[in-house]
Amino acid sequence: MKLFLSLCLFLSACMTPALAASAETDALLQQLTQTKLSKMPAMVQQLEATGDESLLPVFRAWLAGDLHYIRDDNTLVVEVDVNGVDTYQDPYTQATIAGLTSKQVRKIKVNNKLRGLLRGVIARIQLTSRDAGVRESAVRALLADIDGETFATLERIYPTEPNSDVRSMMQTALSIYTAQDQNSSQSARLAAIDVLGDSLENDVRNVLLSLERSDNPVLSSAATQALVSINRQVERYALVDQLFFGLSLGSVLLLASIGLAITFGVMGVINMAHGEMIMLGAYTTYVVQLLMPNYIDYSIWVAIPAAFLVSGLMGVVIERLVICRLHGRPLETLLATFGISLILQQLVRTIFSPLNRQVSTPSWMSGSWEINPVLSLTLNRLYILAFALLVFFALVMILKKSSLGLNVRAVSQNRSMAKAMGVKTEWVDAMTFGLGSGIAGIAGVALSQLTNVGPNLGQAYIIDSFMVVVFGGVGNLLGTLVAAFTLGIANKFLEPTTGAVLAAIFVLVFIILFIQKRPKGLFPQKGRAAE
Amino acid sequence: MSKLINWFTEGRSSGKYTLPFVILLLGVTVLASAANLLLPQDSALYVSTYSITLLGKYLCYAMLALAVDIIWGYCGILSLGHGAFFALGGYAMGMYLMRQIGDRGVYGHPELPDFMVFLDWQELPWFWLGMDQFWFAMVMAVVVPGLLAFVFGWLAFRSRVTGVYLSIMTQALTYALLLAFFRNEMGFGGNNGLTDFKEILGFDLQADSTRVSLFIATAVILSLVLLASQRILSSRLGKVTLAVRDAEPRTRFIGYRTERYKVWLFVYSAVIAGVAGALYVPQVGIINPGEFSPINSIEIVIWVAVGGRGTLIGAIIGALLVNYAKTRFTAIMPDGWLFALGALFVLVTLFLPKGLMGLYGQLQSKRRQSAEQEVQS
Repeated sequence: MKLFLSLCLFLSACMTPALAASAETDALLQQLTQTKLSKMPAMVQQLEATGDESLLPVFRAWLAGDLHYIRDDNTLVVEVDVNGVDTYQDPYTQATIAGLTSKQVRKIKVNNKLRGLLRGVIARIQLTSRDAGVRESAVRALLADIDGETFATLERIYPTEPNSDVRSMMQTALSIYTAQDQNSSQSARLAAIDVLGDSLENDVRNVLLSLERSDNPVLSSAATQALVSINRQVERYALVDQLFFGLSLGSVLLLASIGLAITFGVMGVINMAHGEMIMLGAYTTYVVQLLMPNYIDYSIWVAIPAAFLVSGLMGVVIERLVICRLHGRPLETLLATFGISLILQQLVRTIFSPLNRQVSTPSWMSGSWEINPVLSLTLNRLYILAFALLVFFALVMILKKSSLGLNVRAVSQNRSMAKAMGVKTEWVDAMTFGLGSGIAGIAGVALSQLTNVGPNLGQAYIIDSFMVVVFGGVGNLLGTLVAAFTLGIANKFLEPTTGAVLAAIFVLVFIILFIQKRPKGLFPQKGRAAE
Repeated sequence: MSKLINWFTEGRSSGKYTLPFVILLLGVTVLASAANLLLPQDSALYVSTYSITLLGKYLCYAMLALAVDIIWGYCGILSLGHGAFFALGGYAMGMYLMRQIGDRGVYGHPELPDFMVFLDWQELPWFWLGMDQFWFAMVMAVVVPGLLAFVFGWLAFRSRVTGVYLSIMTQALTYALLLAFFRNEMGFGGNNGLTDFKEILGFDLQADSTRVSLFIATAVILSLVLLASQRILSSRLGKVTLAVRDAEPRTRFIGYRTERYKVWLFVYSAVIAGVAGALYVPQVGIINPGEFSPINSIEIVIWVAVGGRGTLIGAIIGALLVNYAKTRFTAIMPDGWLFALGALFVLVTLFLPKGLMGLYGQLQSKRRQSAEQEVQS
């Protein structure tokens, strides 16, 4: 503990000189506390001229109206709300200054004009940052109100900017200024508008909309054209976005139904407790995270095999205790497994309470991949999509290449013949059921990242997964893949026009009708095995 | 009269308990009603109105179980969506009762039910027209479930969807309806459903006499349905139905259009479920989309399984027993009921494939087996 404290002190001692402002800036900041509001803009410009990146926190706090100074010695402090109590921090080190109350400090005023100025200053300071991402967002922040000074700054650093993304953002900013600049030549303004037609930034659209209303007919029509091209792009990206959500839903459906496809398709057993296997997987994730709270980022890698084992073992137990006794009586199996699902749900409710449990997302899975201002894909959905495909292909490989897969296929095609050839059909049944249930458990791990983990988690997916299996054709994994993605995408494309509930109803009705036409699904099994 | 009794009881011997059962049922009904209306409240034999309503509710469930048993026990069609027909019948009755409220609702609108005023609707949707007439609402309570069953059954059975596929489809059907009725835009009260009923045919729904009348009506209709079903199932049509259950392809090859038998039996069953729903709503006082939830439909199946499928009386007994157990259980330990229900599903399917009605036969055959073993040894 002592060592830790001293380390902290040492670190802060090292960092303070680097962060603190130079003497000249310090003097200016001191002066700031005594300046009238009307004189402040000039002060800001002076500060910008002398200051560097270290002043950023001061500017930010000022912009937010949190910048204060201590009355006695004019030291600048930042007001922070900690659990409803105002406390004060040093702007550079963020160290809390103890014992300071709101009576001892006074606020440094800020008005709208200053705010605009401060935003520009903050952005300009960030333009020189070493991180390309910071630079890009700084330029983006400038788009809204770009003035001559910023324009000149941007024009100066534009040729030296190494990063192409930042360069194109800068070009957009420059074009915004040029397009609105009354002093520029018409051809330059037209060229600028043409450039803006490729940008998807919101501010660009606002600028173009105002230009469309301008008196100059040439500029106005050019702006209209640019807007049309922007809108076309936005629509295209919206379509991509929808497609992504459809694929994401499809991947969830695939994960949820693929285990069912094995048990239902291969064994002919309808497992109503399949949803609860998913739920068990999700709760396993929760328990794993409880056991290793400091390693959330790695918990997933523990949770996946753990969930597979928990659900798989439960599946084997159910198969041995109940399902194997009901062999050849599918409707009774359905009822018995439904009873099991009720028991499992209530069990979870009794152990973990009926409330939803929070499963945290590892940091590497949270956030989103921003492709452009109108299209960003959430990372967890992206990972789950990849994960679903991975699981699918792993399963296909198991069934195609392994000896277990060979046995499973033999039993599913002709049980008695397989038995006659020496296949232990009972063992194969138990393993198949365990495999299907285990994969449901893995699906639960994935689902815990997307939805709430509660006792009814499985119920929400069971009917949809049955639909997927029935639609794809029983006993056909490829059919399940196609069906899951078809239904997912169809659902998401119907949703904007009909609403989520009606979309779900339409899909259900469609499947009911589809089954009339092709009772054996999209990819029916051929030959004698079909009967 | 004796001819009528003959017509009802004619047929195979399996129906020989039907008439005594009906007499027992009606007798208990009359006794309970008399005990409620005639005895003073502090009498030891007094039956409270609450119990009467509860019994009426059980009888509605029994009718529903009967409907499921007719198609599952006799035709091998496991419907996991019969709650949908029940709820549709219930909604028809609910709409009638809703219109009877008139301007006594919270908002006092003379024509529109409260929830429509709340949603700012200007006029009654077309499907609510005519629902203020009792006869029309009752026709709807029969026609709507029947029509849905006809369309669904015709589509499903014609393309020979059978077994678990069909069960899943019926479950999807009720699930789709559940989602649809949850929508406010549907015009059925959305999430809250229809409630706050005042009177039926001019009689106050809260009055003891109305409660008892509804209970008696339920018992009488259940008896009639039981007798009629027994008669139908022991006729030629019933024999074909059994043949369809046991070997559908063979029946088809002999020359029967099996899908027609199945469709009509399915419609008949759905109509019974609709009637049960219509009787259920005035006694319970509410109908909401929860009735469509798949778990409700699947619970009906367990009633039938407990009582013994393929025996009409068994379905009724199963429904009464399970629901009584549910009432007691949820009062004593609310959390335990789902455990008990789940265990019931598993144990009945494993150890009582013929239900309670088959228990006697099961025990007898076991005794015979052990007797044979003794003889052999």
